[in-house]
Amino acid sequence: MRRLVRSYGASPAHLLTLLASFALAGYAGVRLLAGAPWQVAAWLVGAAVAHDLVLAPLYALADAPLTAVARRRRGNALHAVPWVNHVRFPAVVSGVLLLLFAPSIFRWSEGYERTTALSSAPYLGRWLLLTAVLFAVSAAAYAIRLRRARRRRG
Amino acid sequence: MRPLRLAARGPFRPGVFRSPLRGPWLTAVLGITLLGGLSLVLVTGLLSYAAYNPGLAGNDKTPDADLLGAYLFPWPARPHWLYRLNQGTHVTLGLVLVPVLLAKLWSVLPKLFELPPVRSVAQALERLSLLLLVGGGIFEFVTGVLNIQYWYVFPGSFYRLHLYGAWVFTAALAAHVVLKLPRAVEALRSRSFREVLHTDTAGTAPEPPDPDHLVSPDPAPATISRRGALGLVAASSLAVLLVTVGQSLGGAWRRTALLAPRGQDPGVSELGVQVNKTASAAGVRPEQTLAATWALTLAGGAGPVRLTLAQLAALPQRTSFLPIACVEGWSTEDLAWTGVPLRDLAALAGVPDPASVHVQSLQEGGFGSTRLRRNQVLHPDSLLALRLQDVELPLDHGYPARVIVPANPGVHNTKWVTSLTFEA
Repeated sequence: MRRLVRSYGASPAHLLTLLASFALAGYAGVRLLAGAPWQVAAWLVGAAVAHDLVLAPLYALADAPLTAVARRRRGNALHAVPWVNHVRFPAVVSGVLLLLFAPSIFRWSEGYERTTALSSAPYLGRWLLLTAVLFAVSAAAYAIRLRRARRRRG
Repeated sequence: MRPLRLAARGPFRPGVFRSPLRGPWLTAVLGITLLGGLSLVLVTGLLSYAAYNPGLAGNDKTPDADLLGAYLFPWPARPHWLYRLNQGTHVTLGLVLVPVLLAKLWSVLPKLFELPPVRSVAQALERLSLLLLVGGGIFEFVTGVLNIQYWYVFPGSFYRLHLYGAWVFTAALAAHVVLKLPRAVEALRSRSFREVLHTDTAGTAPEPPDPDHLVSPDPAPATISRRGALGLVAASSLAVLLVTVGQSLGGAWRRTALLAPRGQDPGVSELGVQVNKTASAAGVRPEQTLAATWALTLAGGAGPVRLTLAQLAALPQRTSFLPIACVEGWSTEDLAWTGVPLRDLAALAGVPDPASVHVQSLQEGGFGSTRLRRNQVLHPDSLLALRLQDVELPLDHGYPARVIVPANPGVHNTKWVTSLTFEA
């Protein structure tokens, strides 16, 4: 038993849990892949790759200059109120909305209008306006914090 | 070990992930939140499959589900808002969980670039399971998000991909929960949530080193507090909720759903009522629906009964207040439908107590042919409707006659009905 644990690298319960999971995933997976096996497999793996190796590096890259600025400004009395998160908040919220609703915003669906009898035109404008509001609210919050900080310092 | 150290470049370099926020506590908070939300999304998803009554011939979009459909049961017709609530919850909560999912994945990202990539058979198997977890999870979110926006680029039928994908994801998630829940509970206990909510950026220190190496070996000073990061996730989820939930609440709320696919009211020709699929998209031509050519066939009894629109309108009429609720999560408030109760038509056909009814439409393919179960046919509010909101049905809402049944998925409220075959 101890030898098994050592050569496997974890407890037998670990192995049994994973085997049970793979069996169920296999049962469903056979059906999932039945129509277009290579394409569906590519979507499954592609989903993980698109997140881990495309989306995550992209947002990390976008955040890098903000992080750098934030660390440089730390302790600087002139910047008693850090502003970096006042950029991050609206940017992240707007980015999430873009990520979720890109097909509507960029009108990628060919059948939307014909199916729903609704216009596909308003979404880009709505997202831009929401983004504007998010940044404006964040800027206002920053201004208020700045004023309070100055008043506190007299 | 030396060659591996040489290979450690880019994200594999130790110390490349420097956020002081990463650690078991943060991952546990996000993980447990996600687990709670996903459980509800899973249950509502499985219920939605049952709502299609796949046990009736021709209804099942995934007839090879076999044991994955072992839990199926006859879908009830009351309360009348059951499907509306179920599907609104499934879609809205699914969308709202996306920021939590992204944050959870961010919190464990360094694990992807761990070196050596495989230390043991156990770890190799676990990494394979994680591929199913991450790939399957994102696959489910992506297919759902694309489907509600009518961008059908996924490889195959949405029903197949989303149902079977859900089981692959659930299998991997269940194993992940079994293997990680004890550690997550322990991590949650490692610091008080209240204290985190009272700690600002300056006071934010890394968690102590953990056996999973989530905590950075070389943490940088914090640029955002833990409460700030959790607040960012919560704000994103709240924003998603605010721009979508209106499409499920209906009425005056609909216009608040600024980015949801059903956040607009259609025009007066549709009575301002959401249309699941227009006549033109369903391939139904107006000339097929003319009173001179259209007739309803009632079958299943001794011989078929044919009724013109005028004859149908002369039968005793009833008004029911029922919503349209779509698998895509949007729905309408209760609308006034007027027509002939399905049970009256069953009696007229000579099958007063049918096991099911086969509904056929002018629409070819898709949902042009469906079956409803006994409880749905016999419910007094179930109608073959001729009028909506006190006017004649618009073509896009199914003129001359359509089915409307309480708690029924929208696509089973068949429009442009041509025949009802009551089956004993």
